[in-house]
Amino acid sequence: MLKLSNVSARYNVFDYYVNVINNVSFTVNENEIFGIAGESGCGKSTLLKVMYDFIEYPFEITSGSVELESAGANGEINKYKNGEIRNRRWREISYVPQGAMHVLNPVTKIGAQFYDTVSRHNKSVNKKELNDRIVAYLKELELPPEVMKSYPHQLSGGMKQRVMIALATFQNPALMLADEPTTALDVVVQRGILGMLSRVQKRINNSIVIVSHDLGVHYQITDRMGIMYAGEMVEIGPTDELFTNPRHPYTKMLINALPRIGDISQKEGISGTPPSLRSPPPGCRFASRCMYASELCKKLPPCKYYISGTHQASCHLLKGLYPKLQPEEAIPRD
Amino acid sequence: MKFLTYFLSRTLTFILIIFIGVTLVFFLPRLMPTDPVEIMLNNIQANSSTMDADSVAQMREVLTQNFGLGGNLWDQYTAFMRRAVLTQDFGPSLSMYPTLVTELIGKALPWTMGLMLTSTIIAWVIGNIIGLLAGFRKNKLLSKILESASIVLYPLPYYVFALTLIMLFAYIIPIFPLATNVMGMPWSWEYIKNLLYNSFLPALSLILIDTGWWVLSMKTISSDITEEDYIIFAKLKGLSKNKIMWNYLAPNAMLPQVTALALRIGTVFSGAMIVEILFSYPGIGMLIYNSVLQSDYNMIVGTITISILAVSITTYVIDLAYPLLDPRIRLR
Amino acid sequence: MKSFLKYSNLQLKIGLILLIIIFTIGFIFPLFRGSHADEWNTYPKYLKPGIEHIFGTNALGQDIFWLLAKSIRSSLIIGLIVAFFATIIGVFLGMLAGLQGGYVDRIISLVMDTFIVVPSLPILILIASLLKGQTSVLAMAAVLILFSWSWPARQVRSMALSLRERDFIDTACFSGESKLKILIKEFLPFILSWSAANFINTILSAIRMESTLAVIGMSNNSLATLGTMIYWALQYQAMLQGKWLWIGVPVIATIVIFGALFMTLSGAQKYNATKRGQLA
Repeated sequence: MLKLSNVSARYNVFDYYVNVINNVSFTVNENEIFGIAGESGCGKSTLLKVMYDFIEYPFEITSGSVELESAGANGEINKYKNGEIRNRRWREISYVPQGAMHVLNPVTKIGAQFYDTVSRHNKSVNKKELNDRIVAYLKELELPPEVMKSYPHQLSGGMKQRVMIALATFQNPALMLADEPTTALDVVVQRGILGMLSRVQKRINNSIVIVSHDLGVHYQITDRMGIMYAGEMVEIGPTDELFTNPRHPYTKMLINALPRIGDISQKEGISGTPPSLRSPPPGCRFASRCMYASELCKKLPPCKYYISGTHQASCHLLKGLYPKLQPEEAIPRD
Repeated sequence: MKFLTYFLSRTLTFILIIFIGVTLVFFLPRLMPTDPVEIMLNNIQANSSTMDADSVAQMREVLTQNFGLGGNLWDQYTAFMRRAVLTQDFGPSLSMYPTLVTELIGKALPWTMGLMLTSTIIAWVIGNIIGLLAGFRKNKLLSKILESASIVLYPLPYYVFALTLIMLFAYIIPIFPLATNVMGMPWSWEYIKNLLYNSFLPALSLILIDTGWWVLSMKTISSDITEEDYIIFAKLKGLSKNKIMWNYLAPNAMLPQVTALALRIGTVFSGAMIVEILFSYPGIGMLIYNSVLQSDYNMIVGTITISILAVSITTYVIDLAYPLLDPRIRLR
Repeated sequence: MKSFLKYSNLQLKIGLILLIIIFTIGFIFPLFRGSHADEWNTYPKYLKPGIEHIFGTNALGQDIFWLLAKSIRSSLIIGLIVAFFATIIGVFLGMLAGLQGGYVDRIISLVMDTFIVVPSLPILILIASLLKGQTSVLAMAAVLILFSWSWPARQVRSMALSLRERDFIDTACFSGESKLKILIKEFLPFILSWSAANFINTILSAIRMESTLAVIGMSNNSLATLGTMIYWALQYQAMLQGKWLWIGVPVIATIVIFGALFMTLSGAQKYNATKRGQLA
């Protein structure tokens, strides 16, 4: 119900461009948790902004489209394109940015920061009713009602993150985007947050997109995953499949680098650094670090190949092994 | 609890500041090469016939006592501090004998405070609003024009505007009076009209420059805060630009401006002083000036001490208002 | 030069052009003439402006233009001297307070805050009146320095406090650098670049103080500065007599100097920001 088709975007810097997103296509279905993984600087946070229609100069979309589909109150299907999605913020789609530490207004009470998302939509809402509703919801997320009257600096980091998730979901948006929701939190709190996200999703059956560089997070709660490298989506598929049968060399190296209990083999990092996006290489963007790279890889960008109905990857090595995914073909659905 | 600590520490600081300031006023005349008693004697002898040696000696005695210059330094100091801070007794004015200094100050101080507080509040409010708008929408042409105007206004000394306004609107286009002369019974409608008429140019001199200062500093603060995460999040939440500006930006941007206001009171007072002198506005600045011209020693000491007290107290009050606005200071 | 033109903005350009004009009038022109510009009765009084005297002469028999040139020079020199010493004292005390902390910090902060809170003009007037016309330039400057060091000190102190907490200082400490070395290598670059900007502000504040005192006659009246020029014009009722040039010229010159200095300052700050890549 959120569909990206061939989206490319770039940053305008003085007298040159940085091509941060290149020809990305995928769909987030209803009632699923979709993860986007990749190293720092690969463009995953930027991709999230594109999905949320948070595009301001000097950032601009150069091609492709984003479409949000949601079921209205009477069962009709509403479609929104980029440009219109921004009007549906906090109704059909919400966003939890990175670093809950600083995203709350330091001089207003938490309660007020809940209210102001509501009054915009329905002016005739009873304040007391609203308050009760929010407090009840907070209780479900194991947050005490005193939170409403507190100021951000009085809450701990973990509590703030929970408040952020509560803020983003209490109006039951169909899609929630979360950027690094567990970074900067210790593992115990991390587990609590992930558990909370999972519970929320099961309860209101919405979709969540989680961006994280931590594959462990993806393994724990995502249903499907997309791996990003240098602004491109190199592999997409069900999480289990990606972990047990990764097809793209980058994914393979990422999975291999994960330590597992009982595994005593030597772990290798991926040497080298991602290419400059100011003047990206003509061929596959991973070619410079790929151990399987050939001359073709360096000259020609790879096409997408179907590994299964739900699993696709872009790599020249897959040619001949799997059917090609033509650009005009539909993106696989679950 | 946190507020209590803040309150106590600020109170102590201000008591010490007043203490140091008034001590300065005590010591300065005693450090100077000139002797106020001698100056006074010379003045008296210049204005009246010469006196014989005995009378001069007697005169000297009396004056020394009156000026508080008798006895050793410590006695003088304690006596002075007691008088200045506790009882505010500065004796009679020498140029307007026997009117008490405190009486004259009492008449003049409301003029200065009125002028100063009105101009400062108007300038602060208007300047901050303009700065807020300019910083939030920083690419609009209007914001750039306002910024440039403020850059020209801000560094100027207060007398420049006072003189320019006098030249333009009191001489060339005589709309406003040259010297202040407010007629009518206090607080009658005529009095109020007259008061406003006479105060307009002096207040304008202060307001124009102060507004420039507030616009510039607020613009910087506001454009910095616009980059902050919580403003970006407010945009992500889909809030209207107006709501973001007034509910998110303004309450946060105001905090450093309140501190800045407290620090600026001293400067504004000095500005009010010079404006008073140039417009002959009957405030405490005019009083200080006249007392210096007439070597009225009691008055000099009295007016300067009261100025220090008045400014310090105003600064202190504003300083205390800060935690009311910032919950991070108010609550643990 | 090419990169300068690329990154500079309108403010900076105008400011610098005006500054060059001012410095030329104040420092270069008098080399040809006008070293006695402030002496009385050099020329007939109240001459109208003409080729000989661009702005005419005043009631004291001085050529207004050359008097202006000399006044600009004196005002700027006073401003520079005061700003120089005040900045040095201010930076030193500010760093001492911020880095040492404890008792030293508290005492310095108290004195600093006193000079900021207590209004300067009444005390300056008091000192000036007690010196009663014996104000040499040196004494004037010393008094002005006394009141100018507190703002820079305050700023430097808060910079030192925040720098002290920063990670790279801890790194330097842990790697065994001596405190003095840390001071010089890490702190000083920050403080110096800020000081350059603050220096201009201090010049402005010094000229402001001096000229304000001079306008009301509390400075040394025989010294030719912009403020004393205005003072004498007021004394001789220039406005009443319609001698607009006499009083107008120094006022406008003051506005231009302040504007030029400040425009250069803020233009330079913008230039730095643009160069560092922050899109304005």
